[in-house]
Amino acid sequence: MSAGTTHSLRPGAEAIASKGWLGAHKWLLLRRTSQIGILLAFLAGPWFGLWLVKGNLSFSYTLNTLPLADPYLLLQGLLAGQMPERLALIGVAIVLTFYLLVGGRSFCSWVCPVNLVTDAANWLRSRLGLKGGAHLSRNVRYWLLATTLITAAATGTIAWEMVNPVSMLHRGLFFGMGAAWLVIITIFLFDLFVMRHGWCGHLCPVGAFYSLVGRASLTRVRLPARDACNDCMDCFAVCPEQQVIRPALKAINGHPPVILDSNCTHCGRCIDVCSKDVFRFGTRSITPSH
Amino acid sequence: MIDTKSPSGKGSARRQFIVDSARMACGVGMFGLGLGLYARHATALPPAALRPPGALPEEDFSGACIRCGMCVRDCPYDILQLAKPEEPMSTGTPYYVARQVPCEMCEDIPCVKACPTGALDHSLTDITKSKMGLAVLVDHETCLNYLGLRCDICYRVCPVVDKAITLEPQTNERTGRHTLFIPTVHSDHCTGCGKCEKACPTEIASIKVFPLYMAKGQLSSHYRLGWEEKEKAGGSLVAPEVEHRYNLPEGLRYEHGKGLSAEPSAVLPAPTSGNPASGLPKALHGDTL
Repeated sequence: MSAGTTHSLRPGAEAIASKGWLGAHKWLLLRRTSQIGILLAFLAGPWFGLWLVKGNLSFSYTLNTLPLADPYLLLQGLLAGQMPERLALIGVAIVLTFYLLVGGRSFCSWVCPVNLVTDAANWLRSRLGLKGGAHLSRNVRYWLLATTLITAAATGTIAWEMVNPVSMLHRGLFFGMGAAWLVIITIFLFDLFVMRHGWCGHLCPVGAFYSLVGRASLTRVRLPARDACNDCMDCFAVCPEQQVIRPALKAINGHPPVILDSNCTHCGRCIDVCSKDVFRFGTRSITPSH
Repeated sequence: MIDTKSPSGKGSARRQFIVDSARMACGVGMFGLGLGLYARHATALPPAALRPPGALPEEDFSGACIRCGMCVRDCPYDILQLAKPEEPMSTGTPYYVARQVPCEMCEDIPCVKACPTGALDHSLTDITKSKMGLAVLVDHETCLNYLGLRCDICYRVCPVVDKAITLEPQTNERTGRHTLFIPTVHSDHCTGCGKCEKACPTEIASIKVFPLYMAKGQLSSHYRLGWEEKEKAGGSLVAPEVEHRYNLPEGLRYEHGKGLSAEPSAVLPAPTSGNPASGLPKALHGDTL
């Protein structure tokens, strides 16, 4: 890697110098606002008696008008032999349409509460300069996804929900955590010491499901100025799914200047940290843009 | 490093692929097996936990409930909670504990209406038809009514009063002169709301509500109750029905529920010991053996 010779600052330092701190953290701040805002909307009920939203990420009902339901969970229910009610089906349709538009794994970086935990672990990991750790294929998540579906069909229960850290954390915050804290701490420590981006980037079947939902999604990170790239590697350093950048950035096999890999979580951190403004949010259309 | 163009390199790449796949399949398979066994393990509801009204049988419930907590939110009395991971049932599923807070049996059943799946059966519209569990008078040794007191609390707090629990009179053998009023649960009316268990004044409740599968027995399918069959058939099934005859001395007769009496017209034999029935078979003294 020759990147080390070009600069040895923390990733994003050049962007802060050229765009200012706010400009270099725009999407990160928006994303945290979204994540925390959603949590607060759910917490307003149990904390302040202000019932904007009832339920949790499995199914929620906003202002008694907007039903939202987790398609992955209801798919497991279907495989277990149970049919949901109409409201849940409407909720699933809304959620699927939304993520088809904005990209499936936007759920991971803009909504999912576990992302706050794993981002914290990753931040601490880089601060402490921890390197290496266990290696695992990023495809394990798809195997786990298949396993959860098979288990649902084989046992007639939504087995995955008994151990799912995502819903455990989200549900726990509003209905009581109990031992779920231990599960969340385990994930934090796993990402910190055992594997970089271990949970969200390798194992989580919820993310795997949403990546499949987002395969054809409209919103994408585009690289209109990829020729301006100075190989500083900052985008690789901050990206939780590094493998998605290279084909689009380096035009591997004539790849268009758009990240098409459905595992891009649309976190927008690459846009933030690039001092050359190579990246921006756009649509998937392959028309050249300059 | 591996030259995939040379025959040996190709072989070793294929070998590597197979090894990697096997490793993945084994790892994920172990996870799946553990998850499946854990899930099966947790389909039996612990005895103190009761599901909300209209809940499907446990084996269906854990496939239908998506753990959203809408029933918890719409319960006006806040009796429901979602199971935490360390509790011995399916994580995130709703339950209540009767001894802590029993179900108030709302007429409009908001918890069922809130359920976005069929986990709480939406065809349940009459709360008195719900079967959250079944009350069982578990301890005859501590139930105050069994001890001869007139506690009656379970009977009086029951929302399906005089149907789900009745007080059945029984002779108090200890005093010989009083009556025990035995709280008796009738499963066709008991909804399992848990008010009786909550209100039971003994240190540990003497009447408890258990999930139906624990509380209810079932006759074998080939059993027929003679008296019911007789009623259905409109007459005796063994013809001709023989009237029971008592082998009594002349001038006496026996009627069920009344005991012995003298035939109105008969002249009794001269009393020998002051007891009119002293000449009778021993089995009929005082109508008991």
